[in-house]
Amino acid sequence: MTTDDKTVRMTYREAMRQALRDALSRDPRVFLMGEDVGRYGGCFAVSKDLLAEFGPERIRDTPLSESAFVGAGIGAALNGMRPIVEIMTVNFSLLALDQIVNNAATILYMSGGQFNVPLVIRLTTGAGRQLAAQHSHSLEGWYAHIPGIKILAPATLEDARGMLWTALEDPDPVLIFEHGGLYNMEGELAADTGAVEIDKAAIRRPGSDISLITYGGTLGKAMQAADELSQAGIDAEVVDLRTLRPLDTPTILDSVSRTHRAVIIDEGWRSGSISAEISARIMEGAFYELDLPVERVCSAEVPMPYAKHLEDAALPQSPLIAETVRRMVGAS
Amino acid sequence: MSLQADRAAPTLEREHSLHLLRQMLRIRRFEEKCAELYGATKIRGFLHLYIGEEAVAVGAIQALQPDDAIVATYREHGHALVRGISAESIMAELYGKQEGCSRGRGGSMHIFDARTRFYGGNAIVGGGLPIAVGLALGDKMQGRDRVTACFFGEGAVAEGEFHESMNLAALWKLPVLFCCENNLYAMGTALKRSESEVDLCLKATSYEIPAWPVDGMDIIECERAACRAALAVRSGEGPCFLEFRTYRFRAHSMYDPQLYRTKEEIEEWKQRDPISLFDARMRESGMLTDDDLKQLEEEVAAEINRAVEFSEAGTWEPIEDIGRFVYSERKPS
Repeated sequence: MTTDDKTVRMTYREAMRQALRDALSRDPRVFLMGEDVGRYGGCFAVSKDLLAEFGPERIRDTPLSESAFVGAGIGAALNGMRPIVEIMTVNFSLLALDQIVNNAATILYMSGGQFNVPLVIRLTTGAGRQLAAQHSHSLEGWYAHIPGIKILAPATLEDARGMLWTALEDPDPVLIFEHGGLYNMEGELAADTGAVEIDKAAIRRPGSDISLITYGGTLGKAMQAADELSQAGIDAEVVDLRTLRPLDTPTILDSVSRTHRAVIIDEGWRSGSISAEISARIMEGAFYELDLPVERVCSAEVPMPYAKHLEDAALPQSPLIAETVRRMVGAS
Repeated sequence: MSLQADRAAPTLEREHSLHLLRQMLRIRRFEEKCAELYGATKIRGFLHLYIGEEAVAVGAIQALQPDDAIVATYREHGHALVRGISAESIMAELYGKQEGCSRGRGGSMHIFDARTRFYGGNAIVGGGLPIAVGLALGDKMQGRDRVTACFFGEGAVAEGEFHESMNLAALWKLPVLFCCENNLYAMGTALKRSESEVDLCLKATSYEIPAWPVDGMDIIECERAACRAALAVRSGEGPCFLEFRTYRFRAHSMYDPQLYRTKEEIEEWKQRDPISLFDARMRESGMLTDDDLKQLEEEVAAEINRAVEFSEAGTWEPIEDIGRFVYSERKPS
């Protein structure tokens, strides 16, 4: 997409805000609604200043009624608008589960193809900020269980900037999970960066010894582990899934077929998880390419604890990723 | 045919009265046929009949313009018929045939039709209300003076979605006509056994929504109330709430032994059968003869026969197509 070398330095939060501003400017059907998106500026300040720019009709503060405003997003999407609904955290989205699972995901199918729901829902996900067990969970893999919706997990500035517009152009409901730990991540982004595809995983770091398969908030940890491992002579490939539904299975299988080893890093819980799904797909599609069993580094199976040392221990961390890789590479 | 939606006080002119009677008869006979076909295993799944409540859908929908929207519940055959979805495509849907209005994907509880802006057929109690709010929001933001009529039973008032939706619609002054069909029982749970406050209009007015109770067995009252309310809604004053007091004569679904109510109660309500009441009223004012009724019945029977024939001749969607419409096949405009 880049046509010149100019880059700008910005945070993930600013990239997302630019994406919102761009979408609101380009399409009069687009509006943002959710709790405190307007006057407060967004719980995580993503929508800061947008109220002044676009007004209260299009930057729409809602009551604390997740079910009603998500359902209202569905209705507005059915009626010619392109709503972006912000849900403060994934845990709060459970209050809107009826609308997401029973309506957004089913109406196209139940209506025999008559009514599509071009709705985008943005949610903050993940832990790492000592917000304990009702603000920190990673349920995107759980949502990825559901046919009829698409699940995105932007882990880079480019994806934070570029996924929203593509999601808005998609005729079907798209949920964008923004890891809360990424908002302050800063980096260089091409000044003219724009929409990105949302149906392909990306190789963030090519390597030949092992595939680290991850997404969202754990991409950085996997990259860090890969850097450490390279100093020990282990060449790890890092696959950023980007989209959890539909999963880009060919990219996963291709990577594993080249490296013959795979570890999946997921901030979700291990049991019944997206990491389990990926592991199953590798077994189904690349079993004979494997030198040894797939391993997983996931969150501890506990509600997220508040205390810093416990929270750190509950989450996948790069030392554990590196240690797992060393053991796997040494073992084969 | 139908009244102008902004007409506040419909008169009992003959042609219109015959139209109302015909619409109620269409629902009644269609659903009687459905029950028969269920017994014959042509229709499966859950089947919720509207028999006894016909005046509500027929009356309320008189207030709607062609480009208004409807959100309904799993007891929605009547609304769909009155709205102009063909009996053929509704019946074919109940058969599960691909000629059905939802291609056989939805069945009795999920009737959808883009042409008439019929947004289901929602089988989650209260689940349609937020969607109706959103449809109305879409109209308001695009400067259209359309109305979204949202039908739901009194059972829905126990759901959080009811309260969230009332509040949001009132807060944003959205053009929703909330039509509460109070048939006294949420499946088998009587209103008084599930609500601390049984005055449903009071609940709506607590959200600053104008609300009126309506005799749901009186077609003229239903129509009059709906026309008045729709006029207010369309003029941009925000939502209105109508509590239609009605009764379902049949079981909740086909699997309901009705242990929760007495035969005497049912018989008592049947004395106020909306079709019989209106039939008598029309005869009293000289607008209906035996011949008129005979002709109506014959026409309705012919329509239903055609629907059954159409459904019998319908085809099954190929199993290879099972995955179609999980996601869209086209880009939106």
